[in-house]
Amino acid sequence: MHTIFIILKREYLVRVRKKSFIIMTILGPLLITAFYGVIGWAAISSINQKKIAVVDETGLFQGKFKNDKESAYAYPKESLDAAKKSFVKKGYDVLVYIPKNVIEQPKTVRIFAEKSVSLDVQNNVERAISREIETIKLNRAGITQKVIEDAKVNVDAQTISLSEEGEKNSSSVATSIIGGACAVMIYIMMLIYGTQVMRGVMEEKTNRIIEVIISSVKPFQLMLGKIIGVALVGLTQFLLWIVLTVGLLTVGSAILGQSPKQTAESAVSSRVSSVPTVSAGGREAMERKLAAGGPAANIMAAIDTLNLPLIISCFLFYFMGGYLLYSALFGAIGAAVDNETETQQFMFPIMLPIIASIAFAQFVVRDPDGPLAFWTSMIPFTSPVIMMVRIPFGVPGWQLALSMVLLVLGFLGTIWLAARIYRVGILMYGKKITYKELSKWVFYKG
Amino acid sequence: MNILETHHIVKQYAEHRALDDVSLSVPKGSIFGLLGPNGAGKTSLIRIINQITAPDEGTVLLMGERLNPSHIRNIGYLPEERGLYKKMKVGEQLLYLAQLKGLNERQAMEKLKSWFIKFDIKTWWDKQVEDLSKGMQQKVQFVATVMHDPELIILDEPFSGFDPINANLIKDEILELRDRGKTIIFSTHRMESVEELCDHIALINRSHKVLDGSKRAIKEQFRTHTYHIEYQGTLGELPAAFALKQAGQTDDGFQRVDIQIPPDASVNDLIRFLLDRVSLRSFGENIPSMNDIFIRTVEGSKSEGAKE
Repeated sequence: MHTIFIILKREYLVRVRKKSFIIMTILGPLLITAFYGVIGWAAISSINQKKIAVVDETGLFQGKFKNDKESAYAYPKESLDAAKKSFVKKGYDVLVYIPKNVIEQPKTVRIFAEKSVSLDVQNNVERAISREIETIKLNRAGITQKVIEDAKVNVDAQTISLSEEGEKNSSSVATSIIGGACAVMIYIMMLIYGTQVMRGVMEEKTNRIIEVIISSVKPFQLMLGKIIGVALVGLTQFLLWIVLTVGLLTVGSAILGQSPKQTAESAVSSRVSSVPTVSAGGREAMERKLAAGGPAANIMAAIDTLNLPLIISCFLFYFMGGYLLYSALFGAIGAAVDNETETQQFMFPIMLPIIASIAFAQFVVRDPDGPLAFWTSMIPFTSPVIMMVRIPFGVPGWQLALSMVLLVLGFLGTIWLAARIYRVGILMYGKKITYKELSKWVFYKG
Repeated sequence: MNILETHHIVKQYAEHRALDDVSLSVPKGSIFGLLGPNGAGKTSLIRIINQITAPDEGTVLLMGERLNPSHIRNIGYLPEERGLYKKMKVGEQLLYLAQLKGLNERQAMEKLKSWFIKFDIKTWWDKQVEDLSKGMQQKVQFVATVMHDPELIILDEPFSGFDPINANLIKDEILELRDRGKTIIFSTHRMESVEELCDHIALINRSHKVLDGSKRAIKEQFRTHTYHIEYQGTLGELPAAFALKQAGQTDDGFQRVDIQIPPDASVNDLIRFLLDRVSLRSFGENIPSMNDIFIRTVEGSKSEGAKE
């Protein structure tokens, strides 16, 4: 045990002192902050009020357009031609022309602008006009405003997750985002640190220091020390990222005069409002949500309802489990080959389930309790990624327990297998390794 | 007393038997030459002694006890394939390796200090290994092998890669360690260093031990009772018991012959015979060199193998 500690101490210290580690640790949060900064800045700067002139020949639309953050309407009493001429001089950005026969021929509405007109403005104008025409036409048909209001039934379904603690308001968007983020994070960490283990083993082999070391320690101790040491490097980097990111975001938003939460909100809301494919009805529903604080606020609210301690502890568990499972295999590859180019043929079958699990994750998000979700979250090779997708949606206790047990058995299995290959491989030079050869090593004695 | 004994060691790799019934005794305080052609099984045996692999059959006793993990501290091993972490500082690296051998940091520091002073390499402590020359790295490697003060030191081709000055330094170090009561097992192809340093040898060929014992006894065993003689004059007919092995001339005009006498005959008889006939310039016994012994043994067992 003491020997493993000495080994993992070295593996850890050597790596965290590396320039690349320090650079990545600092760069990561900077990139994230910069990313949020750009989005935040874009969100703020996009709220650039447009002056819109409405030339209304019918006189019906006077004051019917609502001024908001994005647009301010004016109703100049001019002919279209005059308005066109004075357009630039008066500082208008957009000119809307509503002809006299608009009620009979709604397609005659024209929007003029110096630059192209944003979809938002176009939609707003179109909607306001059509709503007005609708009302007028209905009035003409003898239907009063009151009847119209009564007829408008708004269905805005709220998803509520049922659990033993009772009903909780949840947002499936939020849970998907959190699950997905955790899954991607595990995926990236498994790949980055798994290959680090592989490189470390290869380094010892190509430097020829391996024999000196294994005359002092058991190969298994060396392998385990390395795997745990690198895992701690990963956790350290993680922790530093979180601390630095939170720190930077706090400082950055203090400068921007916005809390990071708000920045995120406006970022999300600006993205949502620029989605052009949303149908008018859906759009209205969304508009109403926006008015109530935006979907980002919903996400934040949903996060509050999620079981964060469970998610975080599961994240740590599945990160460690998945990492142990794969890094052992990566370590075995490093031991089996002589140089980097030879690693390719062995890397592929190991990468396959990792990549596949990310592919499955997209389906699992849509159906987090389906059979695909269930089975892929049980198989240890895919469970670290898939289970993280499922957990925010809520997973039955027995499934979680079973998956965890299987993962532990899985990594114990791969570590056992890797150790068998490792102890033979590290002393083998200049031999072309095949799968047949590898399988022979597994059954060598002593 | 033997510091190391191996009894009937067998090591089998898939289709290849690397060691077959190898028994050795290494006396304490000796410099023991482990000889053999490439692929004979020397490295397999060394790895078993170092507990890198385990034998399939047979036992290894170190200081009278069956080999166990606590013995790691008592053995220093310099493998043929050797190296260091390139991106690590010399001092840090040696401290690490010493700790793996079971020393605590303070003990390791103490031992290392004295070695650094001895080799006059104090300025290397904070240098990266990759910034050292190959010879310098070898020196560091040697320190790594002996720093924990092991009783048994196993050196696999220790002089490869050393320039003559450093090789001499290591040679002196080996002798000094022997004088302090340490035992050195020394695996090499270089017969001149065997001749010079070893007092015991074992020869392994094709997975079998074919020869072992003290150097003196082996040389005695390989005596051919052949003598070389340089002279002027005419030798004439030799007595029936004596055999003329070789005849020729030296560069400066003397006659030169090799004469073999029967093992039970006395050298005096040969000298008496010569004195009466020629004027002698030099006379001496052809003592077999380790090189001769090596080649004769290996080739002998090869032809035996061919007969099988």
